[in-house]
Amino acid sequence: MSVGYEAPFRPMAVLLPPRPREPQPLPRVTMRHAILFVTAVLLVATVAHAQAPDAPAAAPAHEALTQEPATALTVIIKWLPLLMKGFLFNILISVLAMGLGTIAGLMLGLAQISQNRLLRQFAWVVTQFFRNAPWLVLLFFAMFMIPFQFNVFGYIIPFPDWVKAIIGFGLPVMANVAELLRGAIRSIPNGQWEAAESLAFSRNKTLWMIILPQCVKRMLPPWMNLYSLITMATVMANLVGVSEMLTLTAEVHAAEGGRPELLAPLYGFAMLCFFVYCWPIGRATQYLERRFHVKT
Amino acid sequence: MEALAEWARSLYETTGINLSFIYDSWDRARFFSGLGMTIYLSVVSVILSLIIGAIGAWAQSSPLAPLRWLVNGFVTLFRNTPPLVQILFFYFGLSPLLPRVEDADGMMQPLLSSVQWAIIALSLFAGAFNIEIFRSGIEAVPNSTKEAAEALGYTRLGVYRHIVLPLALRVCLPALNNNLVNLLKVTSLAYAIAVPELLYVSKQIWTDRQNVPEMMITLLVVYVLLVGVLVWAMHRWERSLAIPGYGQGGGQ
Repeated sequence: MSVGYEAPFRPMAVLLPPRPREPQPLPRVTMRHAILFVTAVLLVATVAHAQAPDAPAAAPAHEALTQEPATALTVIIKWLPLLMKGFLFNILISVLAMGLGTIAGLMLGLAQISQNRLLRQFAWVVTQFFRNAPWLVLLFFAMFMIPFQFNVFGYIIPFPDWVKAIIGFGLPVMANVAELLRGAIRSIPNGQWEAAESLAFSRNKTLWMIILPQCVKRMLPPWMNLYSLITMATVMANLVGVSEMLTLTAEVHAAEGGRPELLAPLYGFAMLCFFVYCWPIGRATQYLERRFHVKT
Repeated sequence: MEALAEWARSLYETTGINLSFIYDSWDRARFFSGLGMTIYLSVVSVILSLIIGAIGAWAQSSPLAPLRWLVNGFVTLFRNTPPLVQILFFYFGLSPLLPRVEDADGMMQPLLSSVQWAIIALSLFAGAFNIEIFRSGIEAVPNSTKEAAEALGYTRLGVYRHIVLPLALRVCLPALNNNLVNLLKVTSLAYAIAVPELLYVSKQIWTDRQNVPEMMITLLVVYVLLVGVLVWAMHRWERSLAIPGYGQGGGQ
């Protein structure tokens, strides 16, 4: 018998008393809470905006100088419509980039499982290249390497900055979607391919009628995750001169006199906007993941 | 080295392809200091984020409810806000609120430099993801395994050290690799607060030399190589640690 070690008293397994209840981990925050929260924020903001006195645009200069400096909250409320417009622009960029990237990525992913060896290897190289490059660098790449207009048969097609930004964000989305599709196809048991073949399905038919429909379910949660990531990445367009929310935030800050203590609330507000938008997506992703029981 | 510089110079003279960071010693020094800064940022942030992840995962299982809420709130907040805004928030928003210190020349300097703020922001961002990853790994260890270890006379700490952690590490390694690779890529965001990392110095070089396409392609290739080396190393590590019979353990 060991002396120093005091064995805890353990009744026999069959006689174990019922275990005490585990402490409730956390009140589960559901979609309903998020919606309530957003509604409350919107309501309060609208009411506050309606109640707020009009911006002292016509105030004479000497009067403006003697006025109390506006607090962070009034500044944000005053500029709310502008900032929201910027935020909507971010969302527009993210949606378009996601659409473009998904279409290109699906084609690239299909090319990765093609039976043509050359095509397969080319698709693999492209995927790895765009997956491993930082998003910001790809954005710079798209910004500087794509001309600002194309001349097609005498027609001039302009390429404004934000279109180039969409392409810049679309490139990494493309590579990631291609990888998702490849992973989803690989996760389907080989037996299904063989069973379809024994039922005289052609390879094309097997792919389109049996394999790909199952992939949709497997790809959806990670795809939503990717969307959330690309939405958060759209603020990087600010660094290459697209005037989106962060640019507007900086301009609002300058318009309010560039006081340093305003920066934390303004950037905090930008964070809040993205949080309110991305968090429900994240929750929905988790929910779908649990429901579909998809590993990886 | 000399031959390479000579070749780059002749390339510029004959074809106009200006790889100034090879033949020009000033540009070369800048470029490699930027590369060094990127590697330094990633290494320090990786280590700090792993520490944050480990502490956070431990705190998440604590019996103290407020502590758990705090960690959950931190994870949720940092996972759902753009990393760039986080960096800007830290550097422009929080930095002015801190006291200033006097440096050797008697100038008032901010308490933390932009490099330090970048490290803090990046570590917190990646750490929030690491907490989730570690937690999922620890949760994936079956209860029966823990009970079996207890039955063999392991103490609580012993179970944790010898049974749970090694298994959890192997389970969460793929996700962890992904996150660390992502962290390396996200270091380029430090560009926004003028940290002289690879992207920043490249921009300086292409502004001085007017060689945007060459620098752009070099930059992409260098980043892809850096990430490629990391992915390769992590993948080898993952394979050598794989549990046979788990997932795709043992290679394929």
